[in-house]
Amino acid sequence: MTDSTIAQPQADDKARNQWWDVWDQFKSHKGAMAGLIFLIFITLFCLLGPLLWSLDPGKLDIRNKDLRPVYVALWDGSAKTSWANPMGTDNLGRDIMANIMQGGRISLAVGWTAMVLAILIGTTIGVIAGYFRRLDGLLMRFTDLVLALPLLPLLLVMMLLFRDPLRAAFGPENGIFILIVAGIGITSWMQTARIVRGDVMALKEREFVLAARSIGTPSRRMITRHLLPNVLSPIMVSATLGLATAIITESALSFLGLGFPSDFPTWGKILFDNVDRMTRFPERVLFPGLAISLTVLSVNYIGDGLRDALDPRIRGQ
Amino acid sequence: MLTYTIRRLLLSIPTLLFIALVIFLLLELAPGDPMGQMPLTIPDDVKQRMREALGLGEPWYTRFGLWLYQFFVVEPQYWIDGAFGTNFAEGKQRIISFQSRSPVFDTISERIPQTLWVVGMSYIVGILIALPIGIYSAYRQYSVFDQAGTFITMIGFSIPPFFTGPLLIVIFAVQLGWLPSVYDTTHVVRDWDTFVTQFKQMILPVMVLALQTTAQIARYMRASMLDNLGQDYVRTARAKGLGESIVVMKHVLRNSMIPVVTVIALGIPSIFGGAIITEQVFKVNGIGQLLIIAIQGNDIPMVMTLTFLFAVLIVMFNIIADVLYGVLDPRIRYD
Repeated sequence: MTDSTIAQPQADDKARNQWWDVWDQFKSHKGAMAGLIFLIFITLFCLLGPLLWSLDPGKLDIRNKDLRPVYVALWDGSAKTSWANPMGTDNLGRDIMANIMQGGRISLAVGWTAMVLAILIGTTIGVIAGYFRRLDGLLMRFTDLVLALPLLPLLLVMMLLFRDPLRAAFGPENGIFILIVAGIGITSWMQTARIVRGDVMALKEREFVLAARSIGTPSRRMITRHLLPNVLSPIMVSATLGLATAIITESALSFLGLGFPSDFPTWGKILFDNVDRMTRFPERVLFPGLAISLTVLSVNYIGDGLRDALDPRIRGQ
Repeated sequence: MLTYTIRRLLLSIPTLLFIALVIFLLLELAPGDPMGQMPLTIPDDVKQRMREALGLGEPWYTRFGLWLYQFFVVEPQYWIDGAFGTNFAEGKQRIISFQSRSPVFDTISERIPQTLWVVGMSYIVGILIALPIGIYSAYRQYSVFDQAGTFITMIGFSIPPFFTGPLLIVIFAVQLGWLPSVYDTTHVVRDWDTFVTQFKQMILPVMVLALQTTAQIARYMRASMLDNLGQDYVRTARAKGLGESIVVMKHVLRNSMIPVVTVIALGIPSIFGGAIITEQVFKVNGIGQLLIIAIQGNDIPMVMTLTFLFAVLIVMFNIIADVLYGVLDPRIRYD
């Protein structure tokens, strides 16, 4: 009791990093906190799950095919269930929980890598366009052009065209992974580039940039030390949006049959494979569908919370 | 404003030409051969002549020029011929699909009504649901309705159509049996009963697409209303004794609609992209499904034409949105 009353003023007196303020504001957003917790949970579930649940997702077990999830036994005593496969098995006897874990690994990996790629391209183009006036017109016209392209059809075409060459070059799984990540990355950087360019152009007129320039800071250090840290918050917000769209796009490609080959499960692929049998086995569509939807929902909520937390006008109210 | 519109329209021509070139070159890299499915017993020289008959023997720039000529000159001529009974296009080669060996535009014009009907209807339904939600959410910010509305729009934002589609099919078509799961495009509306059938089969696809539209537009509407509700002119309107309904529904709503209208215009082409998935789920034979089939069958003229049509839609609606913005908001001047 006495300890805490003494410790309290000291903690406040200590110089606080601004990220602690951001975190405090972020914590007050309930949806964002719930989203963050769910995202951590699903990531751990997919990453560490296979260590605890050592069933091979591709192992066929025809004798135990078409098992229902264990909870079905609650209202339907005659259903085939087994605690060895708590989420049931598919029509070839593959364990659904192991598949969801493996599919989640791939889906999340695609989402994160594609998002990082899109943010890298977008930030680079945005900073260059905003900082170097001579390149601005050219780069922004290019951005407008890419925005005018019909992206989903082009993505589908790209999938079909480059699938076989990349598969031959990098092996079936890596080839498709590179293709999907590159496809999503190069079709979703435009919003980031526009936002970053606008912010950089506004920052360039500020006094601290003038001060830095007057002491002879070269352009490279100007960008990395003074401009990039100041445009970090819009980049982070568009990164969360990018993660959500990347996960949805990957699932949509898999759903249209143009994503990963059939022996590599992703959430979208599992959903697509089981749509035909969903009247008898609704759980096989429900589990991957819920996994996609809840992940995207939580990422969107995190984005909402981040936007509020990173805005100094809202923070501290 | 007129000069601005004309300038934008002129500027869109090089943009569209460049987009056409990008799509064409991308397709040029296609490893798939439209002759791949011919029997192996056909001699090589016959095969070569068949390739030339398909127009594949020429270098790419000749074929690109030909495609442009066919798209921008021959097809409109056919269209004019059909409409006015003239014969400008007599004997000229149209864009032919590799798969069906029939003119690409005939197939597209067969498919477009289904897409427009389902997609257009869902867009209108989505807007009609979104606007009241957005208005009321903003007017009663942080109320229970606002919280629920924000949550539901967030869900609509996050759940992909390829999950909501099958989910709704299982609930309403299979379990409850109220609605059909497949959209029957051969159905003709003749009397009341057939109208009811048509109405029923449209509910599910329209709902799936409308959920997405609603989510997006309701969020914009709410944000835009919130921006305006705090403005000085609102206080002035209230201070001079205007009723709440006039203040909100006339003063604030009109000003808040300006950005929302442009968002609605910008969203129209992207809805066609989203329809690709919805059409696949509900087996609607619209242009989205046509594109998928053409991509899978290496039907290059069809893919090229469809993708380019999507690009034209995007560019046109961008211009429409910008012009609308200027027309609606007198503060915006494009000179």
